[in-house]
Amino acid sequence: MIQFRRSSRLTEFEARILAHLDAAYSLARFLMRNEHDAEDVVQEATLRAFRFYEGFRGENSRAWFLRVVRNTAYTALKRMSHREQEVEFDEELHTAEDASAVPAIRMDQELDRQAVREAIEELPPEFREVVALRELEGCAYKEIADIASVPVGTVMSRLARARRQLYSILAAKFPERTNT
Amino acid sequence: MTHDELQDLIHPYVDGELDIVNTRELEKHLADCPECRALENRVRILSAGLQQSGAAHHAPARLRRSVRRALRKEAQESGSRLWIPLAVAACAVVLVGLAIVRGPVSRRDIADELIANHVRSLLASHLVDVASSNQHTVKPWFDGKVDFAPDVPDLAAEGFPLVGGRLEYLDNRTALALVYDRHKHPINLFVLPGSGGDESPATSKRRGYNLVHWRRGGLDYWAVSDLNSLELQQFGQHFTR
Repeated sequence: MIQFRRSSRLTEFEARILAHLDAAYSLARFLMRNEHDAEDVVQEATLRAFRFYEGFRGENSRAWFLRVVRNTAYTALKRMSHREQEVEFDEELHTAEDASAVPAIRMDQELDRQAVREAIEELPPEFREVVALRELEGCAYKEIADIASVPVGTVMSRLARARRQLYSILAAKFPERTNT
Repeated sequence: MTHDELQDLIHPYVDGELDIVNTRELEKHLADCPECRALENRVRILSAGLQQSGAAHHAPARLRRSVRRALRKEAQESGSRLWIPLAVAACAVVLVGLAIVRGPVSRRDIADELIANHVRSLLASHLVDVASSNQHTVKPWFDGKVDFAPDVPDLAAEGFPLVGGRLEYLDNRTALALVYDRHKHPINLFVLPGSGGDESPATSKRRGYNLVHWRRGGLDYWAVSDLNSLELQQFGQHFTR
């Protein structure tokens, strides 16, 4: 009987939460910027989520799980920043004052997957997560606000700034895609 | 709104996250402002490019395996103290079951009807007969159309602006619906005469929609929305305050 109960809880958790393992890994991967740390974060976050699963009332399992992943990743990032100082993103360097001074990205060919990943990784963590959640996972603003524990207005302004920087990075990095 | 303020709205506009009123104002501005049109175009191009880039990562198979292994181990270790939450859950199920069996049958039937009306009001874009955020416009509009007068409080300060009201037919009689808004989630508040004493707001869930019911002054109030249950419950509490 005990065996049955135990496995049914695990089965439910696997069906509802592990269904979002790809999204969890992708978020962790963009926040940590390397495979090894991302896997550690997801592993730890999944165990934490399993322990707290009783307290989850079932509104949105993806947002709930991603919030745990996100918080675990930030804790890991903070721990690491003691060891090696993270290079701060220089907003001035990448953001032209006048938007029209930035060359346009030509979209007649697909954006290269690796190029996009590298460009996202140049952003600061708060911007990496809004871009990954909105553009790659298709999350609504409200969902991102839940995951990052910030108001919807903050999501909106972060996304606007993140996109502006990303646009500049992509345009500067890949001049063959730009027309001036 | 100024040019700069409107420019900030371009991102939520492209993302389909902007409410109707601001959308109208922004679209009017976009028609006249080439700079904002250019920005809109860039945001659309970037967003579409990112979405099609396939840049999202996928969990490696070895991670999947190690996560499952760790979970099984964790489940075994916590198995011994597992009976407490299970017992609590079992009691809750019994209590809810009792409440359903003993509760008025009509209340369950009407919940389905309410959700159907809520969905229909959104599908047919017939959300309101009288569109106004002013309680002193909406309330008198119902005079002579229904034989009761509900509360129509102004909850804009609490974050639930009034959108308007419309006539409804519910439970074989004329009823009314007040429409409030919460971050683009419409809340239909159905009002119809009921019997019995006052009841404070109580939450339930049906077919993915949240419902909050309360009774006041001989009127039954049913708030129906796809909004999360917590905020809908807050709406009920503000309304009855």
